[in-house]
Amino acid sequence: MIPAPFDHITPRTLDEAIRALASHGEEAKLLAGGHSLLPMMKLRLARPKLLVDLSRIAELSGIEAERDRIFIGALTTHYRIESSELLKEKCPLLPQTARVIGDVQVRNRGTVGGSLAHADPAADMPAAMLAVGAELLARGPEGERWLKAEDFFLGLMTTALGPSEILTKIRVPVLSGHHGTAYLKVPQKASGFAIVGVAVWLRVERQLCTEIGVGVTGLDAKPFRARRVEERMKGTNLAQSLVQAASSQVTQGVSPLDDIHASAEFRAHLARVYTARAIQEAAKRAGV
Amino acid sequence: MPISKLVGARVKRREDPRLIRGLAHYVDDIQLPNVLHAAILRSPYAHARIRAMRTDQARRHPGVVAVVTGNEIRDQVGCVPVASQNPTLRVPKRYVLAVDKVCFVGEGVVVVVAEDRYAARDALDLIEVDYEPLPVVSDPEKALASGAPVIHPEWPDNVAFRFDLKQGNLAKAFKEAERVVKQRLIHQRLAPIAIEPRGVLARYLPGEDELTLWSSTQIPHILKTQLSVMLKLPENRVRVIAPEVGGGFGSKLNVYAEEGLIGHLAIKLKRPVKWIEGRRENMQGTIHGRGQVGEVEVAVKKDGTILGLQYRVIADIGAYHQLLTPGIPPLTGLMLSGAYKIPALAIEVTGVFTNKVATDAYRGAGRPEATYVIERIIDRVAQELAIDPVKIRQKNFPRPKEFPFKTATGLIYDSGNYQGALNKALRLSGYQGWRGEQRKLREKGRYLGIGLSTYVEICGMGPSAAMPAGGWESGTVRVEPTGKVTVLTGVSPHGQGQETSFAQIVADEFGVPLDDIHVIHGDTAVVPSGIGTFGSRATAVGGTAVFQAAQKVKEKAREIAAHLLESDPEDLVFSESRFSVKGVPKKGVSLQEIALEAHLARNLPKKMEPGLTATSVFEPANFTFPFGAHICIVEVDPETGRIEIRKYVAVDDCGKVINPLLVDGQIHGGIAQGLGQALLEEVVYDEEGQLLTGSLMDYALPKAEDLPRLELARTETPTPVNPLGVKGVGEAGTIGSTPAIVNAVVDALAPFGVTHVDMPLKPEKIWRLCREKKERRAEGAG
Repeated sequence: MIPAPFDHITPRTLDEAIRALASHGEEAKLLAGGHSLLPMMKLRLARPKLLVDLSRIAELSGIEAERDRIFIGALTTHYRIESSELLKEKCPLLPQTARVIGDVQVRNRGTVGGSLAHADPAADMPAAMLAVGAELLARGPEGERWLKAEDFFLGLMTTALGPSEILTKIRVPVLSGHHGTAYLKVPQKASGFAIVGVAVWLRVERQLCTEIGVGVTGLDAKPFRARRVEERMKGTNLAQSLVQAASSQVTQGVSPLDDIHASAEFRAHLARVYTARAIQEAAKRAGV
Repeated sequence: MPISKLVGARVKRREDPRLIRGLAHYVDDIQLPNVLHAAILRSPYAHARIRAMRTDQARRHPGVVAVVTGNEIRDQVGCVPVASQNPTLRVPKRYVLAVDKVCFVGEGVVVVVAEDRYAARDALDLIEVDYEPLPVVSDPEKALASGAPVIHPEWPDNVAFRFDLKQGNLAKAFKEAERVVKQRLIHQRLAPIAIEPRGVLARYLPGEDELTLWSSTQIPHILKTQLSVMLKLPENRVRVIAPEVGGGFGSKLNVYAEEGLIGHLAIKLKRPVKWIEGRRENMQGTIHGRGQVGEVEVAVKKDGTILGLQYRVIADIGAYHQLLTPGIPPLTGLMLSGAYKIPALAIEVTGVFTNKVATDAYRGAGRPEATYVIERIIDRVAQELAIDPVKIRQKNFPRPKEFPFKTATGLIYDSGNYQGALNKALRLSGYQGWRGEQRKLREKGRYLGIGLSTYVEICGMGPSAAMPAGGWESGTVRVEPTGKVTVLTGVSPHGQGQETSFAQIVADEFGVPLDDIHVIHGDTAVVPSGIGTFGSRATAVGGTAVFQAAQKVKEKAREIAAHLLESDPEDLVFSESRFSVKGVPKKGVSLQEIALEAHLARNLPKKMEPGLTATSVFEPANFTFPFGAHICIVEVDPETGRIEIRKYVAVDDCGKVINPLLVDGQIHGGIAQGLGQALLEEVVYDEEGQLLTGSLMDYALPKAEDLPRLELARTETPTPVNPLGVKGVGEAGTIGSTPAIVNAVVDALAPFGVTHVDMPLKPEKIWRLCREKKERRAEGAG
């Protein structure tokens, strides 16, 4: 449980961090909360030569509202999200999701940006970000660019971030009108990661579902937005039979993961059941 | 005993303040000057020949002091010992580092010793081992098949030992049976996962020719003896210290390769050497528990009377034996009768070598398996005969007046009132009410299940004649010249709390405050002799030794008091730590004054030796047999396979209770681990012998959120085996809980026609069963 030798730097500015990344290439790794990276280093599954510790860069933390958007610094811990009154009121899906990540220690150290950039296929936060249509700000030597969450996750632990880019900020919409949100997951009992996790937000007007976002994690090699389910739900009255029919679409075009904790078949089944349950829970909270 | 003040009271653990404040000293907290650190390269293969090794780069790595291979020390360090009297036992040589061949993933191959831990670990990456992979067999049933890969060429059938036990007329029982019920049962491998992994620190003083070895062990005295053999050192030159030990659950009831290896390195290098196990090593190289697969067959009458039982079981031994490996499955056999009168009984155990780490004692050690077999099969019988599971148990219990009760396996159950414990559990759980609730919910398509387990287990190990390495225990009580009391015990608590409970025993005996008593354990140079802590024996055997030593001290004190008071010893009364002359309370002398006189030795009775100290070694005449009734109520969601425990009631009878707080804690922890086996835990190896559950990210231990509120109660049936009347409680929770939970889930799924589910009851299994059975029914109906 001892990592291979490495150097450690604590840049004070983002530019400094980006320069370090650019000059060390593959040998450098960003250190945020460290709850995914450090265990991998201890097992020597990851052997970065240099850790670029982001903890001293002040601009990476914090949660702020600006008109109809909320900006979350990438280094904001899960605990800050879980306990943010602002988010609880304006984008409750994020605190609902943060609350069931790992355990207290993980939530106190783990960061939202770290979780998204690591792109573990069973992490919770990507599902919520996909559901609310979050946008992610990447900064690199060439400047800044906004990425849609849907375009961010490319595959197993792979994102659209370039080798010298840093995820700095997340932007989520303020959820207005009659809306409801829910994140339901089946945890893998050892790790607490999701065997399947489904995040839903929906808007209801005159008893009809006018907008919906469904993010799914744990099922496939990358978290994804279940567009087919959303399309089926839009404009409906959220009746149980409709929810179930729509939810059965969640596995379309998906290659479910298969491991000692759950077979592909069971994962697919759970995804259908939990998609329906999450939509129903969100609808209930929206007052349907 | 005098009127108790402390015995029976919920005294807070005296160990806790140092643990909570981080002031305790585990092996890794012990700092010695000039210490070296060892790291062990372990086999990535389950079965392979070692063709060549290149270690020169590692030897040249900065900070590295030594690199040692198995071949270099095979003649210098003895093999890992195994304690067994089984004449069929086959013992493959287990060197402290592999010689020529590796037989399981995690077997030590090379050790690096360096100035710091980092250098030692880094150097491991510089060692090249050329392995020639050999065919692997990791499944014990497949290992028995003809043509299976052979692990030890001397025994091509892979059989490690056999153990048979047959009592009563089984043929007659099955001939007269009105119904025969069979069930295949799997007791999956479990990892003990002590919170503190193992660790060893060794220091050799060449001038004194003394080796001191600190180890996270449950058995320092046994380890001392075995080390002297392994290292060819005179036993009186070896001192073993078990410092603070962060849990063991049986996994530290052993003598491990690393203990011999680190001791050897300290002698060879003439510098202290420390090795601290990582969690991954812990899961690969520290023993596992359980690992049995068997078939039970029971002959019954229509009214539920059990006539006979037969159990054929394959025990998954792993590649080599550890200290008690071959002793565990026979315990299953001995306890197969459970809490019932079974006139005829047979068990056939086949121990089988597999390319895995050894199995050995894990909390319960053989008895959880026995209890699971009998408690599961009795529920199966109840289901087949449509008898209430409560009634079938009642029918087969021995009555209280039948104790001591002799089982067909030859054990003599000391005392018991099984019906009493069950009645209490039924009352506390509201059993009948839940049966009504179950009917109502089933009509609504909800699946409630009620599970029982009425267990009996074997504790207080044990009479030496029945033990592989002695079953007695020692206790020494010394009243210091200042009146403070020092207690030395041969047991080696590692979480059980005997620093508290033994002090309670002595405090009551002497009438002194708890704070005046200090309990010392775990150091072979301080505690004259001992066996250790395992098999729920510490209080029943070790506590009795302490109690008897205290009585001896008190008798000597009485004689001194009589001498000082010029009175007859018989005329003295002892109260509030003081002897006084009957009817003349002012004429007295305190224990403290007596202790000082005993030390100064100027005015003692003729021929009396100075000092106020006594040692007692207690040899129990029998085991003890705690028992109880656990009732678990679950609700199962067939759509997801999720199991929710809605109520859990445990009524346990461990005889007299010294400290109810400690007993409750043992039951809590025991149930947590029993629940772990029922619902969550499973060591998984693949066909190639790779460990797939090699970290706590994949091996699911129960967490607080997985546990229901536990409603605990007790009945108290003292044992006649020891004067304290205590039976032991360290493993009862683990033994009683597993079948209660599984029985509850099977009961919940009865409407689906489910009669059994193998552990762990993972959601996917439940879901598949429900789906399968539902579909079958639909087909049948169509």
